[in-house]
Amino acid sequence: MNVWDWNFAGQIIPALLNGLRITLIATVLGSLIAFVLGLVLAILGRGPRPVRIVVRAIVEFIRSTPLLVQVYFLFFVLPAFGVVLPALTVGVLALGVHYATYTSEVYRAGIDAVPRGQWEAATALSLPRTRVWTGVVLPQAIPRVMPALGNYVISMFKETPLLIGIGVLDIVGQVREVGGQSFRYVEAYTLAGLLFLLLSYPASLAVRRLERRRAVR
Amino acid sequence: MDNLGTFLSVLSQGLPFTIIATVAGILLTIVLSFVAGLALMSSSKTVRVISRIYVEGLRGTSEVVQLFWIFFALPVLVGFQIVPLWAGILVLGLNHGAYGAEIVRGAVQSVPRAQVEGAIALSMTPAQRMCRVILPQAVVEMLPSFNNLFIQLLKSTALLSFVSINEITRQAQQVLVPRFNPQAFQIFLLLLVMYLIMSLVITAIMRTLERVAAARVGRKPSARSRSQATGAGIA
Amino acid sequence: MPSVEKSGADPMIAFDGVEKRFGDNVVLSELSFTVAPGEHVCLIGPSGSGKTTILRLLMTLEKCDAGTITVGGTSLSHMEKNGKLVPADEKHVRDVRKRIGMEFQQFNLFPNMTVRGNLVEAPTRVLGLSKDEADARAKELLDLVGLGDRIDSHPTQLSGGQQQRVAIARALAMRPDVLLLDEVTSALDPELVAGVLKLLSDIGSSTDITFLCVTHEMGFARDFSDRVMMFDGGRVIEDAAPEKLFTAPEHERTQAFLHAVVDR
Repeated sequence: MNVWDWNFAGQIIPALLNGLRITLIATVLGSLIAFVLGLVLAILGRGPRPVRIVVRAIVEFIRSTPLLVQVYFLFFVLPAFGVVLPALTVGVLALGVHYATYTSEVYRAGIDAVPRGQWEAATALSLPRTRVWTGVVLPQAIPRVMPALGNYVISMFKETPLLIGIGVLDIVGQVREVGGQSFRYVEAYTLAGLLFLLLSYPASLAVRRLERRRAVR
Repeated sequence: MDNLGTFLSVLSQGLPFTIIATVAGILLTIVLSFVAGLALMSSSKTVRVISRIYVEGLRGTSEVVQLFWIFFALPVLVGFQIVPLWAGILVLGLNHGAYGAEIVRGAVQSVPRAQVEGAIALSMTPAQRMCRVILPQAVVEMLPSFNNLFIQLLKSTALLSFVSINEITRQAQQVLVPRFNPQAFQIFLLLLVMYLIMSLVITAIMRTLERVAAARVGRKPSARSRSQATGAGIA
Repeated sequence: MPSVEKSGADPMIAFDGVEKRFGDNVVLSELSFTVAPGEHVCLIGPSGSGKTTILRLLMTLEKCDAGTITVGGTSLSHMEKNGKLVPADEKHVRDVRKRIGMEFQQFNLFPNMTVRGNLVEAPTRVLGLSKDEADARAKELLDLVGLGDRIDSHPTQLSGGQQQRVAIARALAMRPDVLLLDEVTSALDPELVAGVLKLLSDIGSSTDITFLCVTHEMGFARDFSDRVMMFDGGRVIEDAAPEKLFTAPEHERTQAFLHAVVDR
């Protein structure tokens, strides 16, 4: 049996692209959840002491345990509470919540980096609390942390294959089926790997360039 | 919680695999991190390029894909099957070693130039400079990031459930849940807590190492929490 | 302690038995003084003597541990509810604080807005002015501080002295009754200091604003203020008109301080 069959490689490309569509959907939606929820967690993390402690405990718990187990947890436990969702939705939720714990740390660092004088000047002008956040602090904090957020999007993209555990047909899910049907694994997994590399490496380079430009300013 | 005993005993059957994979994976990661990390700074362009290809290639692809490739594609290429657990350890080590290489490189390059020049002025050989001056100081910088990386590796052992290795996640998902589906909540909660405990053990060990390493270079270890070592985009 | 009061008027600022602690460190104790409307008062003294804390308490950046602070007859720390005195809520504090403006050593302009944005932000959001009204006020004040042509510039494009002048305009845009100045020239290059001080003098003489300044510029203190208060260790050591305090200080601590500062 020859190791590499170009014909076969060509045949699995549609499957790869189908899977890519799902992978991208999961990444984009998961990232949106992570960006929004992470910001909420970061702001709550500056609230009154009891809230801070609870948020910290939840964040540490989620960060210290495997995403795959959290995916399984949601997938098997939600139906017990009467919530039945399609596998992809469960996956997106798990990705979003898991990565929200990472983005919240990123936001926290960005917010902490805003000089105290900015808060004080806003207070001196009697600006309302929400305006202090939306008009002064966040516009200074968020641009600073965009490279770090970008890195997490790329990481999430590479972790979406976890979802095959609950039957989602992303890149790896598709390729595993196709490879399994014809017992040809080399082309299947090599192409899958290359597809990830093809998308994540340039994205990584772009984020690094963004980081360097910010450091110069 | 009537079946707690059953859950614990079944999950514990998977513990040896999880622990072996974690420990062996960490050891392989350490070796590869230093080899590749130092290679990234080599004076030989070829060595640097090879190392860079390894680092970018392993970091840029998905760990699950790497796992399946080693399990299903590699045997076709080399003609024999690797024992599943060792194949898993190989993937864990290769993948996390690539991230570790950047940690090593970053830490070594963060040692102040003045230290290196002082060592040169004392006529130390490059090897002596690295071992006696640079690495001891760089290691203190590396430990918080390695703490994160090793916990990440522990979490990755759960992926081994995809390739028939009977670690604890597989025990939970394949053995317990089919039989005790209504109690999935307790099963997975127990599983999560087991990982949490192992994470805390890793952190405790790394914090102790940090104190020792910092004391050896006459510094107090930084009080920063794990969260501040989120550089290099490690998820 | 002698204090100069304009006869008959209610004090604009009144500290009564104020105490402020940071941990074990007592920064202000039993502090009582008043400032009449329109008065210019300068606070001088060594670093750490509590001068800046007084400004920060007025600006509600800190809370006092004991005593009361009153601004224009209204208490900053307490309010009346159903005829009783209760701790002030956020809304009450904000209402009182609106009458006070503050200038910082680091200017603290908002870098994510232009000069125009900085100036119209609070008047539109807090005072409820329309965009046009706020814009007109901004232009007027920028002309006053001599930066009318920089209205669409970015704070980062301005020098330190220019930024401080914009900051002054920003505070004035709120039409405050009281202006607090916290070492506003300490972070400036020496050649820019005179311009800012002159501007403050002009504002002082052309408006009724009550001024409370912490400063190291003794010349400015002498010319600008109606009254100078010398601080040390959280207490008022001496409180007199500048002519008297600078030429014939009574307390030896004041003498020592002036000797060290002026004979440089």
